[in-house]
Amino acid sequence: MNEMLSESVYFGIVISLIFYWISLTISKKVKLTICNPLLLSAVFIVIVLVIFRIDYDTYNYGAQYLTYFLTPATVCLAVPLYRQIEVLKKNVSAIMLSIGAGCITNAVVIGILTISFKFSPELKAALIPKSLTTAIAIGVSEELGGLTSVTVMSVVITGILGATIASGLFKLLKIEEPVAQGLACGTASHAIGTSKAIELGEIQGAMSSLAIVVTGIITVVIAPLIMNLIS
Amino acid sequence: MKYLIQFAIISGITFLGEMLNLILPFSIPASVYGLVILLVALLSGVIKLEQVEETADFFNTIMPVLFLAPAVSMMDVLPKLGGSILPILIITVVSTVVVMAVTGRVSQAVIRHGKKKGRKENE
Repeated sequence: MNEMLSESVYFGIVISLIFYWISLTISKKVKLTICNPLLLSAVFIVIVLVIFRIDYDTYNYGAQYLTYFLTPATVCLAVPLYRQIEVLKKNVSAIMLSIGAGCITNAVVIGILTISFKFSPELKAALIPKSLTTAIAIGVSEELGGLTSVTVMSVVITGILGATIASGLFKLLKIEEPVAQGLACGTASHAIGTSKAIELGEIQGAMSSLAIVVTGIITVVIAPLIMNLIS
Repeated sequence: MKYLIQFAIISGITFLGEMLNLILPFSIPASVYGLVILLVALLSGVIKLEQVEETADFFNTIMPVLFLAPAVSMMDVLPKLGGSILPILIITVVSTVVVMAVTGRVSQAVIRHGKKKGRKENE
């Protein structure tokens, strides 16, 4: 099976698209945050590959061409940011201070924990960009010499966790300002957190997608410094 | 024709981003250079929103699919991680909770401080 499929480019593409479509349908019906379409489809594909004894490389031979489009897709995040530029201008000090604080907190927590767990440099580098949206996180992880697969795993878990706990955490800590809720979702848990923020309200959604980009840019700039500090 | 031009513009900016990533000595991914270039081009009017809009929205919609291959690569990585799996999970959970709490509290404090100031100036 492997020999035949490993010659096929479209095997990986087709099962990616079909399982994503199935997962999207499920997640729309079952309104649970844990039914995140990305998580579901990844689990389905792993199950199929394991059952039919197909190697990851055979799957990725085709699926890698989808991954190539991550770079232009990330470039296109400029469009929603451009649409929300007025909201950004109005709240510029709250945005910069809180996202800056979030990025530094993230670095400190990851720094302290990775050092106390005696992690290898590849693992440290893989976890530094974990609260970024996957495309930027992979880029940062690669630049720092991290294991990108660990980065992706951590990014996905971060997103799903963030989306799940957001409402409860906001209640507990009395975070009531819509702008603050949105910034917290986007800074801590990127695009998956943003899907939750959109549920909370229009302002929350806009601020959360904005936070994805700003967090990405800040982390891109400070990541090499953090890496130097903790290695 | 419309989509051809939109895709050409986005690809061109992505290519510029890749070139900057190769030429400049910073560890900034090509995608971030491209994002900033596109944003500046839109803000300055060099590129009009209509010249990229539909294709950009398409890319943003399908984004999760593009992460699938890296996410599935977990099946090869997890067995190799062994004892590191639990610490990785702990770090992921702790940092997510703390970052969300700090970002939310700080921005709420800044916003409410601004509102108070505004009210005082009005009085």
